[in-house]
Amino acid sequence: MALRTLATRKTLGELCKFQQQIRGVQTFTLPDLSYDYGALEPAISGEIMQLHHQKHHQTYITNYNKAIEQLDDAMSKGDASTAVKLQSAINFNGGGHVNHSIFWKNLTPVKEGGGEPPHGSLGSAINESFSSLEKLIAKMNAEGAAVQGSGWVWLAVNKELKRLVVETTANQDPLITKGPSLVPLVGIDVWEHAYYLQYKNVRPDYLKNIWKVINWKYASQVYEKECL
Amino acid sequence: MVMVAATTTASHLTSTFLSTPDFCGLSRSLQWPHMQRRCTRKYVPGAISASIDLKPPPYALHALEPHMSKETLEYHWGKHHRAYVDNLNKQIEGTELDGMSLESIISASYNKGDILPAFNNAAQIWNHEFFWESMKPDGGGKPTGELLELINRDFGSFEGLINKFKSAATTQFGSGWAWLVYKEHKLDVPNARNPRPSEEDNKLVVVKSPNAVNPLVWEYHPLLTLDVWEHAYYLDFENRRPDYILTFLDKLVSWETVSSRLEAAKVRVAESEKEMAEIDADEDLDTIEPEDTDMYFGSEAEDAEDFLDDE
Repeated sequence: MALRTLATRKTLGELCKFQQQIRGVQTFTLPDLSYDYGALEPAISGEIMQLHHQKHHQTYITNYNKAIEQLDDAMSKGDASTAVKLQSAINFNGGGHVNHSIFWKNLTPVKEGGGEPPHGSLGSAINESFSSLEKLIAKMNAEGAAVQGSGWVWLAVNKELKRLVVETTANQDPLITKGPSLVPLVGIDVWEHAYYLQYKNVRPDYLKNIWKVINWKYASQVYEKECL
Repeated sequence: MVMVAATTTASHLTSTFLSTPDFCGLSRSLQWPHMQRRCTRKYVPGAISASIDLKPPPYALHALEPHMSKETLEYHWGKHHRAYVDNLNKQIEGTELDGMSLESIISASYNKGDILPAFNNAAQIWNHEFFWESMKPDGGGKPTGELLELINRDFGSFEGLINKFKSAATTQFGSGWAWLVYKEHKLDVPNARNPRPSEEDNKLVVVKSPNAVNPLVWEYHPLLTLDVWEHAYYLDFENRRPDYILTFLDKLVSWETVSSRLEAAKVRVAESEKEMAEIDADEDLDTIEPEDTDMYFGSEAEDAEDFLDDE
C-alpha cells in the first residue's frame, strides 16, 4: 500500500521539481587574464584592459546569469512567452561572455610571444589562403574598420571544409551565427569600448597596433586541434 | 532622378505627380522645409559643387560642462560628426545624390530597407545635428504646455515618459539612438490611407534604433534623441551608460526645442492630411462607374444601341 502511494505520478512530479531546485542553473564567473592589465602596453592601455575586463565583460556575465536563471524559472513553469522574451538578453549577454572569453586568450604580452607570426600548419594555411600574413592582416583591418557600429572581426577555420575565412559579426553575435562549422582562431573586438580611451575615433590605428600583442600560439593550438 | 528643389511646395504639385513613386521620396524632404538649407553651393571658378555642411552645435563646445565635457564635444562633433560629413561629400560627388538635400539622400539611400552605402553617413549627419539641437546649457527640468499634455495623455505622466526613454536608451544593444517621436496614425497597409484622420489618433511614442537608422525612415516625426553609441559617453562616463542617460535627461534636454518640433510636426501632419483629402476629391471625379455605358461606347447613346442590336 505504502509503495503504491510513493509511486503516484504526483509524487514523482514533485520529486523532479525538488531535484531541479537542488540542481539549479550553471552560472558563470569572470575568467582571469593570464597577464597584468598593463602588460599589453603600448598596444592596448592598462586602463582599457581593466575597464574592458572588470566592467564590460563582468556586466555581460552578470546579466547572462540573471537571464538564464529567469529562463530556467520560466521553463520550469511552462511560461513560453517569458522564455521567448528572454532570448535577446541571452543572446546579447551570453554572446558577450563567449566572445570576450576568447578575446583574452587571443592577446598576450610581447615578452610572452605576442605578435610573433604563426609557424607550423597555421602559418602555411595562412600563406595558402591569403598569400601572406601581411595580406591577411590588411584584410582583417579593412573589414574591422568597415564594421558599422559595434561588432567583431574574426579569423576562423571552417572545420568541415578545413578552410580559413575572415568574418565579421555585429554586436555580440558569436561567430557561430555566421556558420555552424566556423571555429574562431583570432577575434578582434571593434566595439568602441575596446579602444576609445586610447585611440578615440581612429579605429584603424587600434587595428594596426593590436597585431603586436596577438597570441598566434593559441590560435595555432586551436587550428591544429580542428584540422590535424 | 527627381532633383529636390527647396522652393517647391506641396501645393504646387499636381495630383498625377503625387501618385508617382518619385513622390514618396520627395514628400519626406518637403515635410521638413526648415531643414532644406542643407545644400551650400560653393562657387569655384569653372566648377560648381554642392556639399553637405558640418553644422556646429548651437552653443560653444564647452557650454554643456560639467555634464558633457568639452573634450567629448571636440571629438564627437569635431571628429565623428565631421568625418560623416567629409565621407558623405566624397561618396556623393558626381553622383545623382550630389546636390540633393540631406533628407532626400537619406530617403534615397535607405532604399526601403535595402540600404545603399551613402545611408550610414547621411543618416548619422542628420542624427548628430538633431542631437546637438536637442540639448542646451542648463537644460533639463520639465516640459510644459501642449507637449506636457500629450506626454501625460500618452505616457500617463512625465515620469512614465522618462522611464520609457531610459529603458529604450539602456536596452539599445550595441550602437544606436533612443527617440521620442510623434507618430501619425496610419493604416498598416502601405497603399491605404486612414480615411478618418483625427488628432486623437496621433501619438507620442518612444522608440530606439540601431547604428545609423532613424525614425524618418519609418515615417515618424522625431522630437528628441539621445546618442547611445559608446563614443557619445565613453570619455565622460566610461561604461556607465545609465549615468549618462540620467545626466542627459536631468541636465541637458531642451524641452523648448522638443515643443517647437512637436508644433512643426503637427502642422506638417495637418498639411499632408489636407493634401490627401484633396487627392481623394480629385480621384472621385475621375472614377469610372461600371454601369455608365456611355464611357465605354462614347458619348453617342445611339452608337451603344447599334452595338447591342448587332448581337
